[in-house]
Amino acid sequence: MSAPVIDPVRPAAPDTPAGRTTKAQRTTPARFDTAVGWNDRPGLAWALRILLCLIALAVFAAPFLTIFSGAFTTNPSGSSLSFLPHDSTLLNFRVAGERGIWDYLGNSLVIAGGGLLLQLVVCTLAAYALARHRFRGQALIMMLFMMTLMLPEEVIAIPLSLVLGDVPVVHLDLKGTVWGVILPLGAWGFSVMMLTEFMRDIPAEIEEAARLDGVGELRMLWQIILPLCKPALGVAGVLGFIMIWDQYLLPLIASKDPTDYTVTVALSILRTDPEVGSGVVLAGAVIALIPSLIVYLLLQRSLVTGIAAGATKG
Amino acid sequence: MTATVTAPAAREGTGRRAFDKKAVVPWLFLAPGLLLALVFKFWPMAKGIWLSFFDVRPFLGDKWIGLENYGRVLTDHRFQDAIGHTLILGIGQSVGAILLGFALALLLEGQARSLKFLRTAVFLPAVTATAVVGELWRLMYYPTSDGLLNSGLHFFGLGTVQFLDNPDIALYSTMVMGIWIWAPYNMVIFLAGLAGVDRSLYEAAAMDGVSLWQRLRHVTLPAIRPALMIVLTLATIRGLRVFTEVYVLTGGGPAGSTDVWMTRAYTLGFTRNDIGGASAASVVLLCVTLLLTVLVNNLRKRGEAR
Repeated sequence: MSAPVIDPVRPAAPDTPAGRTTKAQRTTPARFDTAVGWNDRPGLAWALRILLCLIALAVFAAPFLTIFSGAFTTNPSGSSLSFLPHDSTLLNFRVAGERGIWDYLGNSLVIAGGGLLLQLVVCTLAAYALARHRFRGQALIMMLFMMTLMLPEEVIAIPLSLVLGDVPVVHLDLKGTVWGVILPLGAWGFSVMMLTEFMRDIPAEIEEAARLDGVGELRMLWQIILPLCKPALGVAGVLGFIMIWDQYLLPLIASKDPTDYTVTVALSILRTDPEVGSGVVLAGAVIALIPSLIVYLLLQRSLVTGIAAGATKG
Repeated sequence: MTATVTAPAAREGTGRRAFDKKAVVPWLFLAPGLLLALVFKFWPMAKGIWLSFFDVRPFLGDKWIGLENYGRVLTDHRFQDAIGHTLILGIGQSVGAILLGFALALLLEGQARSLKFLRTAVFLPAVTATAVVGELWRLMYYPTSDGLLNSGLHFFGLGTVQFLDNPDIALYSTMVMGIWIWAPYNMVIFLAGLAGVDRSLYEAAAMDGVSLWQRLRHVTLPAIRPALMIVLTLATIRGLRVFTEVYVLTGGGPAGSTDVWMTRAYTLGFTRNDIGGASAASVVLLCVTLLLTVLVNNLRKRGEAR
């Protein structure tokens, strides 16, 4: 059922005729290494590729420099925007701090930390049951988790906002608490599916040997299965963090008043504040950007692998 | 092993043995996830469908009005405009991001260290929170002549463009941002597809003396068909429920020219407090999403069977 995890960074080891080509690729990139057939020899194609790469870099990465330069510029607007700040200042961050940006960041960090922890625990437990047990209604349960992916916050926003204000049966008001954001993020179909696929590939012999030793279910998961799942957990962690950090509508509808906002939602408050300039908004943007940037740069390899794995398995 | 032994016993449903401890175990592990999904996904969905048939009046009690909400939403001209915008934005954004993503993948395929660095940098838009991206683009679209993009246009001798303030252009400005966000994401999936292409086919094609275009058309494209289908499925679902991008960049304005289905429903539900109408709009979107997902999935299965 499960396709092999393909790491696009290290392409196609199983597909290349073993030995000769692989070795050749490692020393000098072969002509048939890529679909277009780029090669390293200086020439017209080589120059064209460098030019196109520079354009790609300018289009997709350079705009981020304007966020940073603007955030450190006294009053950036229009022409004073550039890729490097001319007169660096921390004033924007001080003003943003006065507008409570650090409190918003605190909200965000609590939600991202708690939400990710809950998500990983919940999805791991579900994946363990789906991958290592057989029970009636298994296909149905899998379908339910897949359906959670088709029910994004956008589509159920209005009734979800009512439910958050009055949780059925227990009648709790989650609005204005971090739980209002954290709990709806708990069951994420993507993580459940990816972890299930990964756990299925663990050989049954390992589990059977442990069972003969009298290992119980929880210890089995914690001490046998989880250590073998570290790569998949890493992927679920990075993608989960990025997904939670990107939430916009959910923190918006789960809040009682603006002090409950996450830092990404709070950017709109800074923007509509007539007393602050765009430099302060950009300072807020930098603060909202940095945590996801750190996570991405630290773990980008597993993120890329994860998207590829999710794609080939989807 | 033990689980397989108990499974037939449970299927027979012989009294006490159905409550065998072993049969309960998977459900204990599933319980937290199912509970959360039930309370925060499926219950709201059911509630939304239920409310869509009511005139929701706080303190007065809800009144059953049947399909009236649906009729109202579907005949409302602002919703009708929003359908058009959603389609233009969804299709334009998806097609643009797929083409650009494929081009990027072709450009950045390879094993050199510099290419790894480039891929990391180019992927940044996809990991950045949409709200931050919105602020970034609002700045680039700065409407005066010294705005970032406008000064670029000046350099080429073109006039100043009111990217977000001109109702004729705002939707396309939003589309460009959407393409910018999703092209790198598609690139990664295409790269994974390209990595799986049998290299000896390229070699064989080169020996037959085919052109670059023919090689892409007849070797690469068929090989990455699964990747293409995944990108297409994701784009379909994403395109319809587009909300955050529009909400943070234009808020639906100017003059409703970028209003999409979900921003319209949001305004109706949260600003105008018309819960019934907003629920009906959400249910319509849900049905269309499910329908399209099934359709694209069938297409994919048919393609795989072939």
